[in-house]
Amino acid sequence: MSDVKSILLSGVGGQGTILVSKILTQGLVQKGYDVKMSEIHGMAQRGGSVSTQVRYGSEVNSPIIGLGEADILVAFEKMEAVRYAEYLKPDGVAVINNYEIVPLPVAAGRVDYPEGLLEAMQAKFNVHAFDAMEVAAQVGNIRTMNVVLFGAMVGAFPDLQDIDWEQVVADTVPEKFREVNVKAFRAGRKMIEER
Amino acid sequence: MKVLMTGNEAIARGAYEAGLRFGSAYPGTPSTEIFETLSHLGEGYEVEWAPNEKVAVEAAYGASMGGVRSLAAMKHVGVNVAADPIFTAAYNGVNAGMVIVTADDPSMFSSQNEQDNRHYARAAKLPMLEPSNSQEAKEFTRLAFDLSEQFDTPVLLRVTTRICHSKSLVEEAERQEHEPKPYNRDGKKYIASPANAHRHHPEVEERLVRMAAYNEDLAINKVEMGNGKLGVITSGISYQYAKEAFPEGTSFLKLGMTWPLPQKLIRDFAAKVETLYIIEELDPFLETEIRAMGIKCHGKDLIPRCYELNPAIIKQAVFGEKPDTVDVGVETVGRPPALCAGCPHRGFFYTLSRRKDAVISGDIGCYTLGGSDPLNATDTVVCMGASLSAGHGFSKAFELKGEGNEKVVFGVIGDSTFFHSGLTGAVEIIYNQGKVIPCVLDNRITSMTGQQDNPGTGKNLMGQPSPEISVEKLLEAMGYEPVTVDPQDLKVMKETIDQAVADLEAGKHPAIVTKRPCVLIKGNGLKKGLCEVDRDACISCRSCLRVGCPAIFFKEGKSYIDPTLCIGCTVCLQVCPVKAIKKVGE
Repeated sequence: MSDVKSILLSGVGGQGTILVSKILTQGLVQKGYDVKMSEIHGMAQRGGSVSTQVRYGSEVNSPIIGLGEADILVAFEKMEAVRYAEYLKPDGVAVINNYEIVPLPVAAGRVDYPEGLLEAMQAKFNVHAFDAMEVAAQVGNIRTMNVVLFGAMVGAFPDLQDIDWEQVVADTVPEKFREVNVKAFRAGRKMIEER
Repeated sequence: MKVLMTGNEAIARGAYEAGLRFGSAYPGTPSTEIFETLSHLGEGYEVEWAPNEKVAVEAAYGASMGGVRSLAAMKHVGVNVAADPIFTAAYNGVNAGMVIVTADDPSMFSSQNEQDNRHYARAAKLPMLEPSNSQEAKEFTRLAFDLSEQFDTPVLLRVTTRICHSKSLVEEAERQEHEPKPYNRDGKKYIASPANAHRHHPEVEERLVRMAAYNEDLAINKVEMGNGKLGVITSGISYQYAKEAFPEGTSFLKLGMTWPLPQKLIRDFAAKVETLYIIEELDPFLETEIRAMGIKCHGKDLIPRCYELNPAIIKQAVFGEKPDTVDVGVETVGRPPALCAGCPHRGFFYTLSRRKDAVISGDIGCYTLGGSDPLNATDTVVCMGASLSAGHGFSKAFELKGEGNEKVVFGVIGDSTFFHSGLTGAVEIIYNQGKVIPCVLDNRITSMTGQQDNPGTGKNLMGQPSPEISVEKLLEAMGYEPVTVDPQDLKVMKETIDQAVADLEAGKHPAIVTKRPCVLIKGNGLKKGLCEVDRDACISCRSCLRVGCPAIFFKEGKSYIDPTLCIGCTVCLQVCPVKAIKKVGE
């Protein structure tokens, strides 16, 4: 039986999923895992729905995750949790940023932003949801929202506990943002662990 | 220590280690990062952005003839542009090694079609290698240079989005300096005259036979024998998917060199398994050849021809195993990509979208998004450069149908695309008297692929200053009267378009050049500020929503501007009929 774990990060182009996958893969490589990561560039980055996929274990083949194969889904935006929900294992964990980014069809007033997204996820999965933007603002920089979510992901996923993530975060981000990102990571992790 | 790299970084690394001396490419997703990586990887070579893929291949081929190892890289549709020199370079052969990377885009994450470029290897009679992860991307690139010299042919390295943009672990090695080869004039080899080509063709056929024989024992083809029941022949990323989809005990023949095929190896493998599956993305390339060898197999009778594969798709297609998924029962709303908040193209497209007589022939780049809701300011997009030439054809059709006075044709193209293949279309319009207004949207960069310099920006790939080629002067030289305008000033933008239409009717040759840097260029010097809606003044008319800005949406019955996205471009402010939007914080 394969020991490969699959992590799916979903969000909207420009939300910083790529930095999170960089930190995540860095830590996993240092721990000695075989790691594969896949991301999307180009047209879809212009405000489109994006996913970054990370898989690790003793030996990983596919860099991408099929339907029903993700152990954990980290949604940087509420609706992006539901969009990728079918990729999550039935017993998978979802960490959801309770934050809305309005897509153009909604902005233009043609359709409404769907209601009951969180509740629908909570009814089917083990869900951790909070407003990471608010936590990032408390930390002192709203741009650390992605690292807040990363902290929450580590808190929510027992398999990831034995890596010194604060050190990995500090080593991966630019020096002048080191302190605020480590704080953001801690704050995100606390959101889950103190529940 | 192994490092995590994308396939693109690994290809760059492989070329570097192989002693690359010269490389030329045009940016195109998913290939772009190969040359971005090379621009800062090390020393001992020179790499460049060419104006287009044909030029890139010709430059790389010239360098190979001249005696240094060379590389060209492009996305799949770029190979169409470069096909002319590729097919003939295959006849003439090389001096120093030459490798051409084709980066295909199954599922079309950022492409206008899903063509399977493996067919190019067969059509052009070139050897082709297909890596399945980053380590192989590096190793195969190195091998490709050696094969190129050994068999006197350019070599195709075919990768796909999931190879290019997936990271996996790679063992780095030192660069092996490769002694440049002397150049000796050899007209019989290098001049593609009919007489020489006549002699070259049978040599190329004979070379394919020799390479096929060589491929039989090539170490990059791997056989993993299982219990003999199920067997899979596959290559590239499909191997990784098939490894996870098929049960323990399945045998695999993973082909590293997929053209010309090692027929004996395939026959021997097929004979050792009860049921044979050919697992490949897109077209039945291997399958067609294997069936033609008289071997029974499953392939596209089960595996989809469209879009990329993954293990779950293969499991379902081959074994009928449905993935265990949960339906949460809520419909999501699509998130079509849009021009960025503050994009300089917005003012142009908004203004043009107001003209009901405009037929807008668009092009490939961020400004393709001018065709999306709610701007809807594009009639057609075909390929790089087609805006001007297809616009010319439109104008001829309208003229021939006697509708020439009812419609105005605009050919809309970006700066980099203009240099790529817009110049010839612009010539076509003047030479054959088309009635088209060329509009060059100059945002001072090649943007969709991630902000690469181009001949109009004054810098090259290595970051050195280079002469800035003027779009306006090129148009003038052809006989146009170009007007340069800041597209963000909607009043001036409208006056410019109206004047151009009047000039066109008067028999002149107007052209419009909009000039404003892309908001994504680092250090572009754009003033930061925000636009804000005065909620008391807003009359809920939704005029500002029609500019299609991702920062603006309706919130509790009034317009709202997301301060984390807005950069204060003021296009929305200019369209507000009651001046309810103010600029703050400048």
